[in-house]
Amino acid sequence: MDEPIIEALEPPKPAPTGLNIVVCIKQVPDSAQIRVHPVTNTIMRQGVPTIINPYDLFALEEALRLRDEYGGQVTVLSMGPPMAEDALRRALGLGADKAVLITDRRFAGSDTLATSFALTAALTTLAEERPIDIVFTGKQTIDGDTAQVGPGIARRMGLNQLTYVSAIDSLDLAAQGIVVRRRSEGGVQVLRSKLPCLITMLEDTNTIRRGTVQDLLRAARADVTVWSAEQAGVEDPMKCGLRGSPTVVKRVFAPSPRAEKAEMVTVEGKTPAQIGDALIDLLFARDPKLEAVVTAAAR
Amino acid sequence: MAETPQAQPAGRAGLRKELPERFRDYKHVWVLVEIERGKVHPVSWELMGEGRKLADKLGCQLAGVVIGPKAETTKTAIRQTYHYGADVCYIVEDEALTDYRNEPYTQVLTDLVNKYKPEILLLGATPLGRDLAGSVATTLQTGLTADATELAIDDDMCLGATRPTFGGTLLCTIYTLNHRPQMATVRPRVMAMPEPDTKRSGRMIWDNLRMKEDDIITKVLEFVSDNTSKEANLAYADIVVAGGMGLKNEANLALVRNLARTLGGDWGCSRPVVQKGWAPAERQIGQTGNTIRPRLYIAAGISGAIQHRVGVEGADLIVAINTDPNAKIFEFAHLGVVADALTVLPALTDAFARRLGARALAS
Repeated sequence: MDEPIIEALEPPKPAPTGLNIVVCIKQVPDSAQIRVHPVTNTIMRQGVPTIINPYDLFALEEALRLRDEYGGQVTVLSMGPPMAEDALRRALGLGADKAVLITDRRFAGSDTLATSFALTAALTTLAEERPIDIVFTGKQTIDGDTAQVGPGIARRMGLNQLTYVSAIDSLDLAAQGIVVRRRSEGGVQVLRSKLPCLITMLEDTNTIRRGTVQDLLRAARADVTVWSAEQAGVEDPMKCGLRGSPTVVKRVFAPSPRAEKAEMVTVEGKTPAQIGDALIDLLFARDPKLEAVVTAAAR
Repeated sequence: MAETPQAQPAGRAGLRKELPERFRDYKHVWVLVEIERGKVHPVSWELMGEGRKLADKLGCQLAGVVIGPKAETTKTAIRQTYHYGADVCYIVEDEALTDYRNEPYTQVLTDLVNKYKPEILLLGATPLGRDLAGSVATTLQTGLTADATELAIDDDMCLGATRPTFGGTLLCTIYTLNHRPQMATVRPRVMAMPEPDTKRSGRMIWDNLRMKEDDIITKVLEFVSDNTSKEANLAYADIVVAGGMGLKNEANLALVRNLARTLGGDWGCSRPVVQKGWAPAERQIGQTGNTIRPRLYIAAGISGAIQHRVGVEGADLIVAINTDPNAKIFEFAHLGVVADALTVLPALTDAFARRLGARALAS
């Protein structure tokens, strides 16, 4: 394309080199420490510490590794309440270069479709500054467990979608080519695709680095960019949050105990061997065919 | 899950809105028949069984969507789709659909939905189904409930999809009120496998992929098959023994493996055990791990959080061993032992070995 010649008023900035990567992360309650009130069945959130969604750390590490190898920058992006800034700051401490939080009361109650809408707006705004080569997400979150936001972003932004990636085999920046290994049923697909792409990283594929002292010091002082819906580039707030979510949660409940109570094996006064025998007798009494199944299977 | 319907709380009534005009003619239940390298994933038949119930309740038809290459394996899949309960098959055969890829599959499924307008679309929560469902739902701008553990048609003839929430501590029921189709994914083994009826047949509706191989950016260079043919598949094992934090340390998982081996079954663990790094993620049993439906499930030192419960409730017989008499697991186990798993597991292994040994000698 022929560019019109404009006399430069200031010396041109050098073109950015390397990769422009954005990693989407989520701050989640540490689910191992969530407790449900035994009487009211409501979640007791008080004092539950928050963490970066563990699956996102594999995405972050892969992004940092690519940046270290090819140059460029890694931006971490999150949608959440103002306190989600903590998670972003932790990511900066691990080595991310920039952090952006989109936070707005109108984002509250977002389902996966509304979440991918808001994140896509922010990603599009970030891409105006410099085109994005790769968007990374974790496989899923530990609180929502849906694995649907990544594909939603890929679809909205027209990125090549590479989910459940266990390894990036090669990356050719000049040709915009990428080869990845994708976990599928019964094996691994080796896929050749193109940048820009969205990668959801499989768990246990790398080990998150420990941040350097410099990174930690920088993270403590760094500015986390905070955007409202408008600043993130959301043009239609009706597509955000509860209003923008086609799904509606109508009921939250705890399952009731099975109507028939568990039959308890008495243990008092019995040796472990006697407990074992008593249990097997009960098992075979409950399901007479089980003995044949066990015998056949054990063979 | 026995759960009596509750009156809707006041203030929620506003949730029920009129379905927009453009969605009123969306009808019938669809299930994606997932074919990966010529093989239909069993979750597709499990969903066909569940889809049959939903279609009967709605008084509509059940359709299977068969996407694949022009090949004998695809023809077999079509025949089986009727055997497992479908009335209709929507079929798209194209060489470009030989391996699963997001682009062409999204194109095919989105086109079919826009043309034939189903009210419900179900997919397996597998690497293929989860990859595809998010793309299709986003393109159609409709609601999607991921990893549902229960599907039901409510009084308004809408689909209620129940799944664990808050990290598996509670359950919630989700509806898509103003959009169609209502989409859900379901993990393998959550629904029971229906009995195939080989006499069943039905209508075939053929369509095309509106995309050429040259338009598809992502290419499959190679497929590296897992060498797990000899290993039992945990999700489909008949007998499963699993351990939780009550085992106290990683080494004690050997007690679980020993009992599983003696019984000819497979072994697993609870989520905290994986989080501790004592066992690999593929051994996890529960909502975010494997859902199992064995004849016999023995849970040792597992407390029974909801996210675990939904993954094992399909088992025919659940035995729980836990030192805490108030552990949640006793609320859904059939047989319970209040004792230390570290003493009961080896005792049970010995007792089984003795009996099986005696049988082997007698025969």
